[in-house]
Amino acid sequence: MKNCLIVDDSKVVRKIARKILEELGFECTEAEDGQKALESCLRQMPEVVLLDWNMPVMTGIEFLHKLRQSPNGAAPKVVLCTTENSFSFIQEALGAGANEYIMKPFDSEIIQCKFQQIGAL
Amino acid sequence: MNDQDFKFYEELLRKESGLVVTPEKMYLLESRLLPIAQKNEVQGLEGLAQKMRATRDTALQREVVEAMTTNETSFFRDSTPFQRLKDDLLPLFVKTRSARRSLRIWSAACSSGQEPYSIAMLLRDHPALAGWKIEIVATDLSLDILAQAKSGVYSQFEVQRGLPVQMLVKYFTQQGDKWLAKQELRDMVIFKQANLLTDLTHLGQFDIVFCRNVLIYFDAQTKAKVLAAIKGAMSQDGVLLLGGAETVIGVSDNFKPTAEIKGVYIRTDSTFVAPAKSAAPAPSPTTKSAIA
Repeated sequence: MKNCLIVDDSKVVRKIARKILEELGFECTEAEDGQKALESCLRQMPEVVLLDWNMPVMTGIEFLHKLRQSPNGAAPKVVLCTTENSFSFIQEALGAGANEYIMKPFDSEIIQCKFQQIGAL
Repeated sequence: MNDQDFKFYEELLRKESGLVVTPEKMYLLESRLLPIAQKNEVQGLEGLAQKMRATRDTALQREVVEAMTTNETSFFRDSTPFQRLKDDLLPLFVKTRSARRSLRIWSAACSSGQEPYSIAMLLRDHPALAGWKIEIVATDLSLDILAQAKSGVYSQFEVQRGLPVQMLVKYFTQQGDKWLAKQELRDMVIFKQANLLTDLTHLGQFDIVFCRNVLIYFDAQTKAKVLAAIKGAMSQDGVLLLGGAETVIGVSDNFKPTAEIKGVYIRTDSTFVAPAKSAAPAPSPTTKSAIA
């Protein structure tokens, strides 16, 4: 079973994302900010990271930069999932190594589409 | 609704669009047509049928037919046909059309335009086609949906269904909360109104035809008629791509499947020569039915 790390400071969003991803066959772990997500990744790299942008302690984009510089950090597919919906943010995320981008609000169909596109399904 | 009114709608839709409605689809008639009845200040579907019978208002009839046609679509819907286009068909047509360096593609029943724009993006990303004369003709029965398609404007929700983010940033610009297909993409597609039940020879001859998730709404006789019309608009070595749940087998003698490329159909009198091919790709993801 593939593992997806859900990173979001909203407990509600994490719960919704977990439900969708578990139905898609993922084993999910959660982190509430970029720092905790990074620690989790350094312990065990997940196959996919579903990543919010704005979070306390460490933002999603900071996490992404640090992840990609970590040993084996190029491996996980990273899907941003954020309310930052402007063109420049999307470009910045792609430049930092994101594989896909979900603009909130999202639903199960969008998550499924995006995970198929990155080859995670 | 009484039997007479139901028969009226059934005949109108079959005649004008080929759409088959059965009594089980009554809810669909109500959900799609009640707003039109209200706008015309008549009492329900009975009143609407009565008005159409009494006035023979062709504009109203067209509005009813258009409201009933399904517009379920998304970018790169079902993915596999686009993979076939990219990996198998384009390299092949690059060879067979190398002398004339032109390619004509038809997106039949294009709805709000995601299919022809998806094709356009793949073609632009195919380096061997640089400098070629490319024409993508996209047709639909509905003028309203064609206007929407031609505008190239999509919601945030629409651009997230099937469109990889790399293509979004490459081929779209953001306008407030909407996304606009760039001019270079819009210039590649010619949108035209066309009824698949009528003569289509005015569209010219096409090398590749996408007619996906259309035949499923027709009865056997109408399917055969549409396929005959498509054959008339296809070059002898052209190819036809149907939806995942559609086939020509047992439906029409005008087409046959290719042995080499799954889901691709050719004329029975075709001169098409398929490339020697590898194993079939993975099956496409399922999508929800347009009329549930």
